[in-house]
Amino acid sequence: MDEICTGLCRLMVDSGADAGLAQFVSLLVGVLLVSGVPLLTVILLIWIERKVAARIQDRIGPNRVGPIGLMQTFADLLKLLGKEDITPTAADRLLYNVAPLVSFASVVLIWAVVPFTPFHYGVDLEIGALFFVAVASFGTLAIMVAGWASNNKYALLGAFRVVSLLVSYEVPLVFALLVPVLLAGSMSMLDIVNAQSGMWFVVLSPLAFVIFYISSQAETGRAPFDLIEAESELVAGFNIEYSGMKFGMFFAAEFLHVFTNGILMALLFFGGWMGPLYYESPLIAFAWLGAKGGLIYLTTLWLRNTVPRLRIDQIMAFNWKCLVPLSIANIVLVSLALKVLQELGMAPRQLIGASFVDMLPATILLLLINGALTLYLLGILRRRGKVARREAQAAPVQFARATAATAATAD
Amino acid sequence: MSVLNEWAFIGMFAVLAPVFPALPIVIAWLFRPRKPNVLKSSTYECGVETIGDTWVQFRVQYYIYGLIFLVFDVEMVFLFPWAAAYNEMSLFGFVAGFLFIFLLTDALFYAWQKNALEWK
Repeated sequence: MDEICTGLCRLMVDSGADAGLAQFVSLLVGVLLVSGVPLLTVILLIWIERKVAARIQDRIGPNRVGPIGLMQTFADLLKLLGKEDITPTAADRLLYNVAPLVSFASVVLIWAVVPFTPFHYGVDLEIGALFFVAVASFGTLAIMVAGWASNNKYALLGAFRVVSLLVSYEVPLVFALLVPVLLAGSMSMLDIVNAQSGMWFVVLSPLAFVIFYISSQAETGRAPFDLIEAESELVAGFNIEYSGMKFGMFFAAEFLHVFTNGILMALLFFGGWMGPLYYESPLIAFAWLGAKGGLIYLTTLWLRNTVPRLRIDQIMAFNWKCLVPLSIANIVLVSLALKVLQELGMAPRQLIGASFVDMLPATILLLLINGALTLYLLGILRRRGKVARREAQAAPVQFARATAATAATAD
Repeated sequence: MSVLNEWAFIGMFAVLAPVFPALPIVIAWLFRPRKPNVLKSSTYECGVETIGDTWVQFRVQYYIYGLIFLVFDVEMVFLFPWAAAYNEMSLFGFVAGFLFIFLLTDALFYAWQKNALEWK
C-alpha cells in the first residue's frame, strides 16, 4: 500500500498537480484499497455463515438465488433497500441514527492496522495492538447508544447486559493480547508476525490463544455468550427498534467482526502469512493468511451453532473468577520463564529473525508451563463441579427452586 | 511514509469508515416507502403500551462491574509499554512490572472477597 500511495503521489506531482491535492488523493486511494477487503468479504461472509449454520442444523441453506445460493446476499440487500425504515417517535433521533454507523465503522477501522502480506498493509503503526483495543471498544459504545436511544425497555435491558458482558470480556482479551506483544517486544502488527518466523506464538503460549479465542467469541456476542440477542428473554435485545438498512448494518458489523477476529488470531498467534513458499509471492502470503483466518473463523461458527446460551451470572463468574486470574497467571509465568532463559543465554533476545532451533528450549519450557497451568485449572474446575453436583443431588427440590429463583432475578 | 503521514492515513480512514455504512442507508432512504402511523412508530412492547419512564435505573451490579473494569482497563494500558520493552528491560524494570501486576491481582482478590463479583 505504501509504495502504491507514494508512487501515485509522485506521479501526480510530476504531472503538475498540487502537492497537497496529490497527497490527499493518494491517501484516499490507499484507504479505499485497504477498506475494500473487509467490505467485499462481508458480502461473502453472510452467505458462508448461513450455509454453515444450515449444514450444522441438517438443512440445505440458501440454494435458490444463483449457483449454490451465492447471490442470496444481493437479493437480501435489494430487499432491505425497499423496506420501510421505522423510527419510533419516542426515540432520540440523532443517537438512534448514529449508532449503526459507529457499530460498523469500529469494525472496519480495525483493518487499518491489519497487514495482508509482508509488503501490503494500510499502516504499520508502532502501537498497532493498542489501536486495535481502542477501536474495538467503540463497538460497545455503539450498542449502548443504540439501546439508550431506542427508548424501549427491552432494548435498554439488552444494552445493559451486553455492555457489562463486553467490558468484562475485554479484560482477559487484552491480557491475552499482551502475550504476543511481550514475546515480540513490539506493538506493531508487522513485528508481531515477523517475530513468529522461528515458532508460532500459539505453540509458545496456547493458553493465551485459548483465552483470546473465548473472549473474542464473547466480544462478538456469539453463543455461548449471545446475551446480545437473547430472543426468548429480550425479544431481540438492543436492536429491537431497528428496521431496514440500519438493522442490516448492525448485522453486517457483527458478521465482519467475527471474521476480523479470525484474521487477528491468525496474525497474533498463527504466524500470519508464515507458511511454505510465502516469500515467493505476496499472493501466496495472502493466501496463507486467508486460509488460517478462515479456518479459525469456521471453528467459531461451529462453536456458535453447537453450544447453548449461558445465564448472565454464569458468564460473569466464568470471566472474573476464571479467565481473568488465569490470564494474569499466564502473563506472569510466560514473562518470568522467558526472562530466565534469556539471562541463561538459552533463548534469543530478539525473536524477529530467530530460527526454529534457537527457539526450541524456550518452546519446550513455555509449553510445559502452559500445560501445568492448564492441568491445575482443570483440577480446580473439576473439584468445583463435584461440589456443585453433590449439593444438587443432596437437595434436588431445594436446588431446583434456588436455580429458578436466581434465573428469575437475573435481570 | 513519515510518522505524520501514517496518522493522516488513520485520520482519513476514520473519516471514511462511517461513510461506508451510511451509503447503503442513504440509498435505502431514497427508495424506501414512507407510511408512518401512530401505532407503527410507537415503542414496541409485545402489543401493550409502555408504562412509566423507559429510561429506568439500572442494577447496581452493572455499576460495580463497570468500576472493576475501569480499574483493570486503565492499568492494562500501562502494561503495554512494559511488554513492548520486554527484550531490552533491566531487572529493575522487570520487577517493577511484576509489582504492578501483583497490585492489580490484589485488587481483584479484594473485590472477590468483598463479594463484588457475585451476581445478586
